[in-house]
Amino acid sequence: MYKIKHAEFLALDIKKFVIEAPKIAKKRKAGQFVIVRANDKGERIPLTIADSSIEDGTITIIIQGIGKTTKELNAMQTGDFFLDVVGPLGKASHIENFGTAVCIGGGVGTAIAFPTAVALKEAGNKTISIIGARTKDLVILEKELKEISDEVFVTTDDGSYGFHGFVTQKLKEIIDCGEKINFVLAIGPIPMMKAVAEVTRPFGIATVVSLNPVMVDGTGMCGGCRATVDNKTVFVCVDGPEFDAHKVDFNQLMTRNKMYNDKEKIALNHFECNYDIAYEKAKSEIYQ
Amino acid sequence: MTEISKKDRMKIPRQAMPEQNPLERKNNFLEVNLGYTEELAKLEALRCIQCPKPVCVEGCPVGVKIRDFIELVAQGDFLGAAAKIKEDNVLPAVCGRVCPQEEQCEIKCVVGKKGEPVAIGRLERFVADFERQNVGIRTPKLNPKTGKKVAIVGSGPAGLSCAGDLIQKGHDVTVFEALHEIGGVLIYGIPEFRLPKEIVKAEVDALKDLGVEFKTNAVIGFTDTIDELLETEFDAIFIAVGAGLPYFLGIDGENLNGVYSANEFLTRVNLMKAYRFPDFDTPVFDVKGKDIAVFGGGNTAMDAVRTSKRLGAKNAYIVYRRSEVEMPARKEEVHHAKEEGIEFLMLTNPLKFVDDGNGWLDGVELQKMELGEPDSSGRRKPIPIVGSEYVRQIDMAVIAIGNGSNPIIQQTTPDLSFNRKGNIVVNDANMKTSKKGVFAGGDIVTGGATVILAMGAGRTAANAIDQYLKDSNW
Ligand SMILES: Cc1cc2nc3c(=O)[nH]c(=O)nc-3n(C[C@H](O)[C@H](O)[C@H](O)COP(=O)(O)OP(=O)(O)OC[C@H]3O[C@@H](n4cnc5c(N)ncnc54)[C@H](O)[C@@H]3O)c2cc1C
Ligand code: SF4
Ligand code: FES
Repeated sequence: MYKIKHAEFLALDIKKFVIEAPKIAKKRKAGQFVIVRANDKGERIPLTIADSSIEDGTITIIIQGIGKTTKELNAMQTGDFFLDVVGPLGKASHIENFGTAVCIGGGVGTAIAFPTAVALKEAGNKTISIIGARTKDLVILEKELKEISDEVFVTTDDGSYGFHGFVTQKLKEIIDCGEKINFVLAIGPIPMMKAVAEVTRPFGIATVVSLNPVMVDGTGMCGGCRATVDNKTVFVCVDGPEFDAHKVDFNQLMTRNKMYNDKEKIALNHFECNYDIAYEKAKSEIYQ
Repeated sequence: MTEISKKDRMKIPRQAMPEQNPLERKNNFLEVNLGYTEELAKLEALRCIQCPKPVCVEGCPVGVKIRDFIELVAQGDFLGAAAKIKEDNVLPAVCGRVCPQEEQCEIKCVVGKKGEPVAIGRLERFVADFERQNVGIRTPKLNPKTGKKVAIVGSGPAGLSCAGDLIQKGHDVTVFEALHEIGGVLIYGIPEFRLPKEIVKAEVDALKDLGVEFKTNAVIGFTDTIDELLETEFDAIFIAVGAGLPYFLGIDGENLNGVYSANEFLTRVNLMKAYRFPDFDTPVFDVKGKDIAVFGGGNTAMDAVRTSKRLGAKNAYIVYRRSEVEMPARKEEVHHAKEEGIEFLMLTNPLKFVDDGNGWLDGVELQKMELGEPDSSGRRKPIPIVGSEYVRQIDMAVIAIGNGSNPIIQQTTPDLSFNRKGNIVVNDANMKTSKKGVFAGGDIVTGGATVILAMGAGRTAANAIDQYLKDSNW
């Protein structure tokens, strides 16, 4: 059992959890993830470690409530327990002083990019961060990123905050302004990561993305997380999760991630009928 | 009863084990075999002629005292028989169900030279079930505590048998397991209808009662490294992480939606209970009314195909590139699969998976094979028949062609020797690795093998660890 020492909503449906897990806190490096299972009927889902504190023995994860499992997790509160938290899993981000590094986070991907942005800065990079969100209320970690970045840009799809448009437009603008970029990290929805790869490809800028396939064990045992990179099959949980954006077959990943879409609807329905109280409570908390 | 002559004993026919009707069981996940009654067990036990030199024992990788326990069964002392088995085997209810007795103890049995061998496996199963169901699993006496601590990495049969032996020898034992449940393949791989999870849990609980500590959610290499375990707490380590890294066929279309490794398919259904979706959250491809094919001929393939039938598949095929005689699966499993309506496409090899245009599996291109000369494995080599290619429409495919070695321990333990296949190199006599204080056994050493071989390795290691803790010799 892993105690939730602190839980709070950062934005609509996006919740931050600080969890007691001293061993993982001590071990984890930027880019690694944990597998979490809420209860004994729950799924095992991968979540990137956004932050940790060795002194407190805690790790921080940030969850966007989309499907049944993530909504159920987001209904949990300070003092509750996750049944299983295992990690740190996957390979750590490759960090070096590239020169100028741009970290792009789309939606909850900002939380996943955050620890790597910190590490890149600490390695001596000039660090530019771009946060993309649908709308102003969904912008997360702006303050935290400002503390560690040389520059931060926010883009919203609807123009309600910051730059009106997509992260790729902002990235293109930065490149066009003559900024010499040596490294780009992009984490977010697959279409966003794919689009970033296409922006940087003609300039030959090294670009890394963090993939988010469906996983089960997270240790290389099932092969469910496989993806195609450089025309070869990889197991994202042990070979990644970060890969060269210019070599990833994003279309295949997108299709594979839709494998259980129909089931997801059934599960969500089942959940909302059975747990409407917990769910309503979670919702009301958001609007407090 | 025990006065019965040898001749009369030989006249008793081998007793069949009651089982669920195939037409019923293909729709449920309840156990197929129902086990002997007391009467059947006694009758079967009488078939054993109590050889002065019991050759059956030579066939048992852990050396269960087969003759002696069978004699106790014949006398009706079932609890005595259970204690006798447990002197050598900590998981008798598991082994009685999944061991390939037909190629181990039973193949050696003297009675089998003329007729059918004594049903040793069925008796073992009966005895273990009798004890568990009537008085609960009784635990043996422990030696006085030695104050030494041993870490076991992986909770499959190799790890569990080593833990059971070491705790009896008086050492403290902690088992680290990557998953959230204890049992390795017994929990995530072998299905409920062949090995009920309750039985695995009961045998694991018995180890807990003995004082074995279990730590789940611990991926050694990541959560702690082997070196950290040695430096901080433990005097010796036994690595028993199994062979968990599924092989794929390496053909086109293998990453289409609807193509699974057997590990993933079985883990979703067994460990994560996808057959009870949506009460349990983990889904699996909905095979109801669909056509599915499983590629491979081992126990894993049989488990996957029979599972898909139970989930409601219309047609379920085994596709295997050699012929039925070469199939490594247990005969009983093949027989059960056929009874349940599984179709066997023998001498057939997949060439590529066909896309439905949206990234989902629509079919498989197959090619017929014929058998040529024996290859290095001694089995006749399958050779493609040119021009025999055809496409079969299928909705789901499961690849069950074996497992390689998981790289996590290798990547995080630099001074441990591995062979080219990624298996840990050990001295077979004592399971010592290249690294002082570290032993290894089970599938991570041999590649995918059997439950009982893994348990045998655990036992050999336990003896060697006990010795090492006394003399520190490497
Ligand atoms: C579907 C299926 C059916 C089978 N049927 C039969 C049968 O009928 N009869 C038979 O005799 N054999 C059968 N086998 C083979 C048999 O199950 C294996 O040979 C046996 O389980 C191997 O035991 P093990 O202890 O070496 O490893 P495993 O049972 O594989 O256990 C290893 C454990 O270690 C854990 N682990 C892995 N890495 C780490 C790590 N880094 N840190 C911590 N823990 C880790 C794993 O999660 C796992 O729980 C079958 C196998 C499968 C897959
Ligand atoms: S070989 Fe057969 S008959 Fe002889 S002791 Fe063993 S089981 Fe009994
Ligand atoms: S999640 Fe199972 S192999 Fe990656």
